[in-house]
Amino acid sequence: MRQLTYADALREGLREEMIRDPRVVLMGEEIGVFEGVYKVTRGLLKEFGPERVRDTPISEAAIAGAAIGAALAGLKPVAEIMYMDFVPICLDQIATQAAKMHFMSGGKLKVPMVLRTQYSLGRAHGSQHSQFFPSWFFQVPGLKVVLPSTPHDAKGLLKAAIRDGNPVVFIESGVLYRTKGPVPEGDYVIPFGQCDVKRKGNDLTIVAVSRLVNEALAAATKLEEEGLLVEVIDPRTIQPLDLATILESVKRTGRLIVASDDVKSGGIGSEIAAAVVEEGFDSLDAPILRVASPNMPIPFSPTLEQAYMPNAEKIAEAARKLIG
Amino acid sequence: MEITRTFKSVDAGNYARHGLSRERLLQMLRRMIEIRRFEERVEHLFLQEGALIGPSHLCLGQEAIAAGAIGALKDDDLITTTYRGHGHAIAKGVPLKLLMAELFGKATGTCKGLGGSMHVAIYPEKGSVYATAIVGSGIVIANGIALALRQAGKRQVVMTFFGDGASNTGSFHEGMNLASVWKLPVIFVCENNLYAMSTRADQAVAAESVASRAEAYRMRSVLTDGNDAVAVFLAAKQAIENARNGHGPTLLECMTYKLKGHGVYDKAEYRPKEEVERWLKRDPINNFEARLLEAKLATQADFDQIEKQVAAEVEESVTFAKKSSVLPFEDLMKYVYAR
Repeated sequence: MRQLTYADALREGLREEMIRDPRVVLMGEEIGVFEGVYKVTRGLLKEFGPERVRDTPISEAAIAGAAIGAALAGLKPVAEIMYMDFVPICLDQIATQAAKMHFMSGGKLKVPMVLRTQYSLGRAHGSQHSQFFPSWFFQVPGLKVVLPSTPHDAKGLLKAAIRDGNPVVFIESGVLYRTKGPVPEGDYVIPFGQCDVKRKGNDLTIVAVSRLVNEALAAATKLEEEGLLVEVIDPRTIQPLDLATILESVKRTGRLIVASDDVKSGGIGSEIAAAVVEEGFDSLDAPILRVASPNMPIPFSPTLEQAYMPNAEKIAEAARKLIG
Repeated sequence: MEITRTFKSVDAGNYARHGLSRERLLQMLRRMIEIRRFEERVEHLFLQEGALIGPSHLCLGQEAIAAGAIGALKDDDLITTTYRGHGHAIAKGVPLKLLMAELFGKATGTCKGLGGSMHVAIYPEKGSVYATAIVGSGIVIANGIALALRQAGKRQVVMTFFGDGASNTGSFHEGMNLASVWKLPVIFVCENNLYAMSTRADQAVAAESVASRAEAYRMRSVLTDGNDAVAVFLAAKQAIENARNGHGPTLLECMTYKLKGHGVYDKAEYRPKEEVERWLKRDPINNFEARLLEAKLATQADFDQIEKQVAAEVEESVTFAKKSSVLPFEDLMKYVYAR
């Protein structure tokens, strides 16, 4: 199969959806003339014109609000917020407006929009351009939260997000943009709420999200050399979450590590661990471990940032501790 | 961009020339009376009967803006409003009984009882698309609605209502700027009732007027008497025509005053007595009726008939709301996500 980068897979997903449905429009900072700071929208302004690929002022609330209003009135907007760190500027629009509209209108209002954003942890972007806080969104009923880890999933999940009838927060990983992987040509959609079991194994389950899926796979390879067969699961969407696949895996392995880039307190690891304890307590032979970022702002110094970040070695270390 | 001051309304003798037929004038009056009597009944249900609870922000005293501005829209034009939105919904033609049922939290309400007073105006069936409870946030959403309408080649416009307090939010400034650079068919209607809760606009708005802020965004603006339905109608009509013809947005600031406080429980003791008395003399309904009488466009009998019909309609809405049932809690999960 042909290999595409994560960025190009996203671009192909956007382009195919724009061809498929004239209601799909893009808006955001630097997505048109500049073609996106990470070139995800390369060529799209030229192909679709400024009505469908809209450069906006640096006004996050106005961008999100315009996307929401446009969605209410029949378009299918994909709004881009350049860095996840900028999303809180429009958090009211996403969490308090878009997320509530269908519910509090008694089901009359629909907000079929996607908010694309990316977190740049691992690229020496410092405290204010690297943050990753998916829990802020999966804490908000009414939103869906998507975390693609491969080029293949990036394209298929983005298509699903655009076709979904709800506000979707689509969080990309900045360090993955240049990574390559197999991506089928043409149309395919990855439904939300379906884990991808990346690797089978009966000794230990590692649930990893976004950037850490590759790290977990690297750890699994290393651990196999040490005689441990690790199952690696990528949930792909956190809201909805496919808990059944995780529970089934833990039933076989009895051990669970959750690896994600957000800070440890109240993060993805906390949520999945709590859910597994609640519903799969009898399957567990050991405590659940979270491999996550420490509870501190992200340091700039590339050396310190690498020390801060979860990685394959930290995941493997946790596995040894768990088995040991 | 110039600020057009239309504090002076047209003389009654010139109504017809401005597209204001007797029928239209009486319709505007009727809307104002519907709003007034509905709000008075709501206040009574809260304070005297204890039948309603939760926050509710009445628009008593501000009826002329809803009736005048929305009266200048076509039926298929759209509005967004706020937590002070009962009047806008009524002016847009949302049935009183659906509004009242929503205030009671009943399944027959505009939002099936899931919205409440602050979102009761959400009734897209009548073009009242959205009502937000977060100050300023509806402004940027109105832009998106307008963008979608224009992109679909439609000639509808969007009118978005907010208060003087909202003009100090980031959403207002971001929204005004974006609407202007994209030349969106939006009419921004600021109901300046001189207070954001207890904070006086002259202590909070660092500008000569809210309208004057439009200049910073290369946008037309109009400052008008919000207690004069005809003045509001005429100012809105011009703004609507501009928006409909592709000439972009207008900021319309309407000066007004609440008869009561911020919310239904607020006694508004922070307002000087003389100021309150001065504004009470400028009651939008009394003044409008006096002018219609003076111009011999209506008689007291016309007013009495409207009052009688409206009173019956309001009572019917209460009966309807009280006898309606509440949505079963088991049903709620299906409203979280659209299918």
